[in-house]
Amino acid sequence: MTKDLLIVTPAPHFRDGASTTGLMLNVVAALIPAVVASALVFGPRALVLEAACVAACVFFEWLFRKVCKRTNTIGDCSAVVTGLLLAFNLPVGMPIWMAVLGCAAAILVAKQLFGGIGQNFANPALVGRVVLLVSFGAQMTTWADPHAYLPGIEAVSGATPLALIKHGAAIADLPPMLNMLTGVRGGCIGETCVLALVIGGVYLMAKRVITPTIPLTYIATVIVLSFAFGLNPAYQVVSGGLLLGAFFMATDYSTSPTTESGKVIFAIGCGVITMAIRAFGSYPEGVSFSILLMNILTPLIDRATRTKPFGGIVK
Amino acid sequence: MPSLFGKSLSGVKVRHCKNTADMPAVRMPIPDKVVIPMLQHMGAPCNLLVQVGETVTVGQKIGDTDAFLSVPVHSSVSGTVSAVIDFVSANGDKCKAAVIDTDKAQTPCPDLRAPVVQSHKDLVQAARDCGLDGLGGAGFPTHIKLNPKNLAEVNTLVINGAECEPYITCDTRLMLDRTDDLLAGISVLQKYLGVERVIIGIEDNKPQCIEKLTRATASMDGVSVRTLRSKYPQGAEKVLIYETTGRVVAEGQLPADQGVIVLNVATTAKLAEYLRTGMPLVEKMLTVDGGAVTRPQNIIAPIGTEIRDLIAFCGGYKEPAKKLLMGGPMMGLVVVSDDYPLIKNNNAILAFNQKESVQEPETACIRCGRCVAACPFDLMPLELDAAYHAEDTHALSLYKVNLCMECGCCSYVCPAKRHLVMSNRLGKKLLKEKGI
Repeated sequence: MTKDLLIVTPAPHFRDGASTTGLMLNVVAALIPAVVASALVFGPRALVLEAACVAACVFFEWLFRKVCKRTNTIGDCSAVVTGLLLAFNLPVGMPIWMAVLGCAAAILVAKQLFGGIGQNFANPALVGRVVLLVSFGAQMTTWADPHAYLPGIEAVSGATPLALIKHGAAIADLPPMLNMLTGVRGGCIGETCVLALVIGGVYLMAKRVITPTIPLTYIATVIVLSFAFGLNPAYQVVSGGLLLGAFFMATDYSTSPTTESGKVIFAIGCGVITMAIRAFGSYPEGVSFSILLMNILTPLIDRATRTKPFGGIVK
Repeated sequence: MPSLFGKSLSGVKVRHCKNTADMPAVRMPIPDKVVIPMLQHMGAPCNLLVQVGETVTVGQKIGDTDAFLSVPVHSSVSGTVSAVIDFVSANGDKCKAAVIDTDKAQTPCPDLRAPVVQSHKDLVQAARDCGLDGLGGAGFPTHIKLNPKNLAEVNTLVINGAECEPYITCDTRLMLDRTDDLLAGISVLQKYLGVERVIIGIEDNKPQCIEKLTRATASMDGVSVRTLRSKYPQGAEKVLIYETTGRVVAEGQLPADQGVIVLNVATTAKLAEYLRTGMPLVEKMLTVDGGAVTRPQNIIAPIGTEIRDLIAFCGGYKEPAKKLLMGGPMMGLVVVSDDYPLIKNNNAILAFNQKESVQEPETACIRCGRCVAACPFDLMPLELDAAYHAEDTHALSLYKVNLCMECGCCSYVCPAKRHLVMSNRLGKKLLKEKGI
């Protein structure tokens, strides 16, 4: 017999190979099409903004864990996801220092102060976005026209389709649907290209990183309520940050319910709040607020949708 | 194959690793010594009936007790008792063990004779005299299982040939190579338990077994083979009962309360062999496998053979073993040394090499919900894990930690590598300590 000591661990001694880092890298991979689209639509500055946010988020995570003398968790790549998602939620002209402040709010306040990965009660990227929106309202709503970075195209600041709809624009005044699908319209850098987001979303579902429950229920709710409120459902789905939110932010593990029935309730809530804000609120867009509000309700939904164990007796 | 009963229970697709499925079991030579613990079953340990220096024969009873939940222990070899030691089993139970130096003659005990079974009572007595316990792994005394309070209500016998644990193929071999004993066991059980039907459940990754037994049981009244999906843990008792009969064994119930008795194929065949020969449970067919073993194979070895002798018979270690398992990789127990003996309910010895033994560190739960989706019993392992670490006994009972069968699906899929099963095990212990 070998004199080496044997390893003693509890069963099972088999694992399926999934890891937190692997899941996060899959999310990053799913976001790559939207990164490419952001650069094509809004120019190289979109890439600069994305790189800055990723670097800032990873740095803040590393710093916090270091200062607090905790095991460093930057290896799980969740900060990379947060950085990318936060950048996706910014207009292309956003000053870098402001974006970095948003990253600090996301990582330090929303995530690490609550205990780090898995412990946050609200989606860090959305907290970062909302902090920036209320702090720097002007910069957060100054939309560069797509392709304004190309020579020969006059740089004017435009309005997003949702803002146009809010101000009573007819469908004919909105960008044509082809532009909506390819992302050639005003908006945050990562939210405009519908095709890229759908490719990423389908990838996540195919890889079983997420289940289709939240995105499909969320989008379906928006469609139903668009009809109810007399809005064009197609434009409601492809405008604003709905697809980015539905596929990538409402599906954040720690801030959405764990059971499928809980996810349905959560996603319907997101859809209702989104459409209430879009139709009746003073902001043109309500995806971030709706997801954040439902994040807060998640523990309650989790409690209400406990599974019924096989053979369990209800006392 | 979809479940026949509406909702199909969750589980996980595990790598099968049934490397030894085509290898009929080889009988190994008698080792120089064996170590026979007095506790090889679920329940009370036996009292040792022999003393140091005494000579023993094969099949001689060397341990017994009056305790209700217990079965006697027999010598697996002929030879001399050279020592009596204090033994700590792989799951931490303490008992005495007899160390026997073998004479290699394998002289059978002169008192052995095939029992005459003419009633249910005789059958129960025979199961006890055989020293039989659940050979599928749980080690529950068979005679107690065969003697439920509500015998009249038991109408179904389920024979467990699922063999859902990776690596293990000894039940596969038993179904193929000892079909006669298996069928004889089924017949005698069917007769004396008075059950209307017998269902043999086999996972669909064992087509030869399904084919052979379907053919062999065609002429047997009330006996059928049910093909199960290869989805771990089909062989877990409550899962198997549901998948074969649609019945749900509720919290606090025994299978018999749902009119079902479940026996493993190896237990059934051994019972028949005992009725035929009178030789009690003294040897075991098992799978020896794992990356550190030179020649993985199925073997038949005397109970009490030390793991090192089993491995030596399989060509020894081809690289250093870093982890030794008794049982399969999903529910098997680790042992700290290869001088542990083979006991009745071991159906595999796995020696894992460095690569197979890597244990990644636990990280924080990310609440992905994979454990909830994987749990066959729809428990919420992530909540139970948190509740155990917070010592929240209210949440532990609310989320029903006591229903956990420790199959390991939750830990298997956990991307954060959390020891979810261990938390459930400790959570159950915590509730017990607090008297809840």
